[in-house]
Parts: sequence; structure tokens; C-alpha cells
Amino acid sequence: MTRAVETVSIASPLYPEHLRRIHDPPSVLYVRGSLRAAEPAVAVVGSRRASATGRAMAGRIAAGLAASGVTVVSGLARGIDAAAHHAALQAGGRTIAVLGCGLDVTYPPEHGALVAAIADQGCVLSEFPPGTPPLPYHFPQRNRIIAGLTLGVVVVEGDEHSGALSTAGHALDAGREVMAVPGSVLNPLSRAPHALLRQGAALVESAEDVLVAVGLPVALPRLVPAADENVAMPAGPATLVWEAVGAEPVHIDEVTLAAGLPAAVVAAALIDLELRGLVRQLPGKHFIRVYG
Amino acid sequence: MLARVQSAALVGVDAVPVDVEVDVSTGLPAFAIAGLADRSEQDAKERVRAAVKNSHREVPARRIVVNLAPADIRKEGAAFDLPIALGLLVATGQLRRDALDGDLVVGELALDGRVRPVPGVLAVALLARTSGVRRIVVPEGNAAEANAAGATVLPVATLVEAIQVAEGQRPPRPAPAPREEEDESADEVDFAEIKGQAHARRALLVAAAGRHHALLVGPPGSGKTMLARRLPTILPPLSTAEAVEVTKIHSVAGLIAPGAGLLRRRPFRAPHHTASRNALVGGGPAPHPGEISLAHHGVLFLDELPEFHRDALEVLRQPLEEGTITIARVQGTMTLPARFTLLAAMNPCPCGYHGDPQRVCICTPPQLDRYRGRISGPLLDRIDLHVEVPRLDPLTLAAAPSGDESAVLRALVAAAWRRQAARYARGRIAGNAHLAGRALRRHCLLDDAAAVFLGEALTRLHLSARAYDRVLRVARTIADLDDAERITAAHIAEAIQYRALDRPTAPPWSRAAVGRAP
Repeated sequence: MTRAVETVSIASPLYPEHLRRIHDPPSVLYVRGSLRAAEPAVAVVGSRRASATGRAMAGRIAAGLAASGVTVVSGLARGIDAAAHHAALQAGGRTIAVLGCGLDVTYPPEHGALVAAIADQGCVLSEFPPGTPPLPYHFPQRNRIIAGLTLGVVVVEGDEHSGALSTAGHALDAGREVMAVPGSVLNPLSRAPHALLRQGAALVESAEDVLVAVGLPVALPRLVPAADENVAMPAGPATLVWEAVGAEPVHIDEVTLAAGLPAAVVAAALIDLELRGLVRQLPGKHFIRVYG
Repeated sequence: MLARVQSAALVGVDAVPVDVEVDVSTGLPAFAIAGLADRSEQDAKERVRAAVKNSHREVPARRIVVNLAPADIRKEGAAFDLPIALGLLVATGQLRRDALDGDLVVGELALDGRVRPVPGVLAVALLARTSGVRRIVVPEGNAAEANAAGATVLPVATLVEAIQVAEGQRPPRPAPAPREEEDESADEVDFAEIKGQAHARRALLVAAAGRHHALLVGPPGSGKTMLARRLPTILPPLSTAEAVEVTKIHSVAGLIAPGAGLLRRRPFRAPHHTASRNALVGGGPAPHPGEISLAHHGVLFLDELPEFHRDALEVLRQPLEEGTITIARVQGTMTLPARFTLLAAMNPCPCGYHGDPQRVCICTPPQLDRYRGRISGPLLDRIDLHVEVPRLDPLTLAAAPSGDESAVLRALVAAAWRRQAARYARGRIAGNAHLAGRALRRHCLLDDAAAVFLGEALTRLHLSARAYDRVLRVARTIADLDDAERITAAHIAEAIQYRALDRPTAPPWSRAAVGRAP
């Protein structure tokens, strides 16, 4: 059931306070869901072609923010944006999607269910009237809204041409905090966050770091690697296999070598670990640990 | 005067008896052949006429009528040259009436009277042995092959020799012992040559052990082709009965070299993806064996699977399921053998780098779905193992350890086959891959704990429900390799690793939107 589209003008008391204060705020917002005039919010943005690690980090930070009552703002794009929205929803929190097209246009097409869920649990908004297609130059424009709605922007991943850098630029213009998640130097998608870090952005590794950077109180349940909880730990060969898997994706053959076990035993043990929620399998037979 | 010589024609991959009747009578000089496919008729007359003349015999100026019976079998090719010529000589009194009694004759004639080899002689020899024929007269070049069937072989090099031997003026030359193919140890390739790829090597061992069809998924340069070409080296050698069947099929296709005997090596056929439906499956007006029949008892390797013509892949369903292919023609339907192990290879996505940790995949989810969709569900359903093969960078490759030699792996496969032969002794099932329905449930009995484990695993990992049967079959093979009668959770867990393509490609937030069932 699609909710109705409402129009909120800049004169309305419902218009978000933070957004009103940017250099050129949109005069009208088209809204589906619940818009609030004032709420603590942080943007989590990044590349469309995100790595598995990047998506995992975006999810982790978004979940942590949502769990402590902070609204997660992003752009509904593939990759980092979608991971952040999804994690916030899963954590039972609020999220806002800012679109580069009319609210009646679903872009990207496979996010139909996601945007409907966001409208239910949060808010989908756009400065573009219904029927506007997702033209390329709309996206840098809407990035100023993403930045404007929030106390700060977290750039999780992106290459040197990433749109996330424009969002960071708008954040600076509006006097908001700019934060970045560092990544492996071998990953080309670490270039955008690292460039920002060089220019003085705050280095964040967790939702906690983000809250500190934007000056919000920290009252999060501690998110720890699943290994520290009292989940039944793997025994026997599974332990060797578990130890060979880390935070970076590793191929099954590398695990086999590191564990020094036959390929058949490793294959079975990895399924076992996956079922316990201790590792995650990625395309190409790569595995990473699950954290939080 | 009427003469009759026994010969044979090829229908599918078998030979059927054909009577060559030659009648010479008074009337205007003529030479007509009835019963041959159009094109062949004119050619045969010319060859026979010239060969007879150049063998210093006569083609009299009488009314000569040749008939190849029965009429409703399509006969083509030049194998009837020799029986027609000999029949003509008998009908014109130039050869003793009873000289060819009880003999079966095939052979092509050159204009100078030499006898040329023809395809399918092994099939003819097998027919001869089962139908009580005394001797078969064959071209010298086919003699070794005919010998392999155990019939009495009379090799002839020229028409003159055939005449002289038939009349008893000269002893027949001995049929040469078939030149045996070199044995397995002379294989040019070996599994030990592959560096790294422990997962893929193990998967191929499992595939071989249970005769499962397998799909290799990996980026360009990952070594899929190299792995595929080594699969035949870990398959046990052909039994004698299998070798006869395989040689017969290759002989009908004209692929046996002169002087060669039984083929001992398992066939490995790798048609290019531009192959037509007929080339792949067999066909033509008088159906010839296609690649799938040439791969009978061996391996059919389809590299770049999504690039094959859709209708060519569609036709693979019957052979993958039943081990035969039925070709319908106007004269009736014909069933050719096609029991092969399918090995296919493909890229993970159009750009090739989906799942590569170093390179970014630039394919959009719809592109990915479309690419995978090119392999139809029914075809994928019959492939029990999906193996992801990574691209190794040069440094890793250099340091990667090699694995076991083919001989070691072959012994493991042979042991697994023996276990399956004992298990399926009273059925028509050759390997675990052919289990289905009730037979599957009966032979792959799981205890409650293992059954629950399998069901839960499929659900929690978002694998399609269709994977259940396939995982069960592969788990049975893994248990066989483990020398275990009962299938355990560990066997099932490993089997689940080989269901890569059952895993959802899209992240959880996209799945509902594209209406994909978990």
C-alpha cells in the first residue's frame, strides 16, 4: 500500500530545521512517510560498487546509530546507501532516503521494496516533483539535502570520483561534521575516505566514534565480534578454519592452506560456521567474519 | 542372371543387413542402381564401372540392374561399391556363383580398383558376428577395427585381390592385430600440473566419483579449461564392452584412423559454442552421431556455456536425464546413445569479475540476472555441482602447492564406482548422479538429525528448495569417497558448498522487489 505524497513548503513548521539553514534550501519538499522538524540525524554515504567489507561497515555503523535513536540519512543508491538504509530498518530505527527523482519513480528499480519499507518506518523525500526522471545532474543537487538534514556525513567507501565526495563538500559548506571510515590500502574504494582523512576529516571506526564526532551522547549497547559472545564456539577442525578467516575477504583455498586441513574438511567446516552466523560467504567462494 | 551379395548399411550407430541384388538380362545396354540416395547412385556406377574395367574384367553391354534392399532404409555413401562390383561379376559369370556365400562385403572402390576404407566397419562386424555370417570382406584399412569385434575378417586391398581370394586362388591375408591405443600412463596431462585450486580439484574428484554433471564458474584466466581437460585423466579406463561401444560410435562418424583398433581412452569432446544443434546432438537426413554421442562414456565439455545457442542447449535435457537422444525423421525415430558427463564453464557475470576481491564488478543486478538466466532452469537443474574457480595472481600461483597426481585420484574414483556398482547391482543406475525420486530416497536415507540439518541449512542460507535432491546425491558420493555407508552432516555440509548458483545474487533488500523466491 503506497502512502500518499505530501508537499511540505519551507514555510511549514514541519520543514526540517537543519535543512532550513543551508545556503540554498529547497523551497518545497515532496514527502512520503513521517517528516520531523528536528531530529538527530547522520548521513552514511558511499560508492554504488561497494565492496563486501564496505557494505558490512556501513551496515554496522547505521545499525549502531539507529539503535541509539539517531536517524540514518542516505540516497537509496546501490551499495553503501542501500546497506545503511537496510541496517537501520533491521535495527528498528528511523531512516530517511533523499531521492534524485520524483517520488513516484523507483530508482534503482530493484529497491522498490526497500523504499516502501523506508516510507513506513521513516521517510522518503525529494525536492523534485512527481514524474521527474533520475537525470545525472540531479544527484549532486540532492546531495546538499542529504548533508543539510544531518549533523554530519560519514563517507564509508568510494573512489576518487565518488559522489560521496560532493556530499562531504556540501557538509563542509554547511558547517557540518565530515567523517570517514578508513579501509585497506589495496582497495581502490578507500581513496575517497582516505582523501578526506588527509584533509582533516574525523576518522571513525564505529557508530560510537560517529556519535562522539558529532557531539551526541553515547549510550550504545556494545557491539562486539560474535566470537566474544557465548555462542557455542567451534571445536576441533572448525577452530582452525575459524581462525583462518578474518575481517578481509579470504578465498576458501587460502583458508585450506592456512588451516592445513583437507579441502573437504574445510568446505564442510565453513558451512557449519556460516550456519552459526560466525562467517559470511561472498560470491567467488570468499569468506569474512561476521561482527556484531 | 541374378546374383545376391550380402552387405550392410548404417542406421544411427548400428549396422543393418542390406542385400545387394544384381540382375543382368537382355535388353538395351543400361546400368541402373535402385535403392541408393540420389547423389550416390551416379557416383557409384562410375566407380564400379571404372574399377571393374581396370581390374581387367568386363562390364558387358547388357541390361544391368542393381537393387539395394530393403528399399525403406536410407542408404548412402560408397560402402556398397565393392559388393555391387562383386555381384556384377557373379551375375556376368566372371566370378564363381558360390564364391561369396555366407560372406558380408563392404568397401569403397577407387577407379583403379583399390579398395578404400569406409566408416562404421566395427558396427558391421558386430552385426556379422550376431547374425551368423561366415566372414566379412572389408577394406584392408578397416581390418584392424573389424578384428576387434571378433568376427572372421578378410581384408582386401584391391578388387582383384577380392576376386582371387573369393575364388580360392590365393590365401587371404591375415587381419592385422589392432594397434592398441597407448595406455593411461602416457597421458599428456595430469592433475598434478594444477597449482593451487584445492577446492576446484576436490569438486572435480567428487564429480568424477559420482558421475555428476558440473559447472565451473570463474573469471577469464582462472584455469577452468585447464581443469576441465584433466577430468578424463581421473576417470577409470573404459571396460572392454564400453570400448567397443565407443569405438563403434567413432567408427560410424568416420573418426577411426586406418589400422587403429579399440579406443581405450575416455572420449573428451569440446565443441565450440557456435556448434549447431545438429552438430551437437546428431542429425542430418541420415542421422549421424553428434558430439553428445561421441562423448558417450566420456566427457562433454561446453566452454562458455551461456554463449551456446539456446535451442542447442534445450536438446540436452533428454540425454542428461536418460543417457540417450531420440531423433525423429520421416522414416521413423532413431535413438542414439549419449551417456556422458557434462562439464560446463562460464564467467560469473558479463564483465567477468563478480566475486573477485581485487577487481570491481561493473555489472548491474539486472545484467547479472540476465546473464545467469541464459542457462535455462531445466539445464541447471541437472547439474549437481557448481564450482567457483578463482583467478590466482602470479605470486600466489607460484607459491601454491600442487595436488595429487591423476593416478591417485583415479584410484579413489574407481573405488567409489565399485561401491556404486554394488549398490545399484539390480537397477539401471550407473552412478549416484542418476538417482531420482524413490531410488534417491531409498539409497540416500538420512537419519533424523541429518535430515533436519539439511532442511535448516537450505532455509538459513537462502538456497532454493530444488537444491535438496541435488545436495543429497552429492552427499551420497562424498560419503562413498569417505568409505562411509551412512551420510553424515559433514558430508551434507560439503555438498552444500557446491551449490554456488543457488545462492541469491542480490542483497536482501533487493530480493523482494525482483520477486525472487528464496
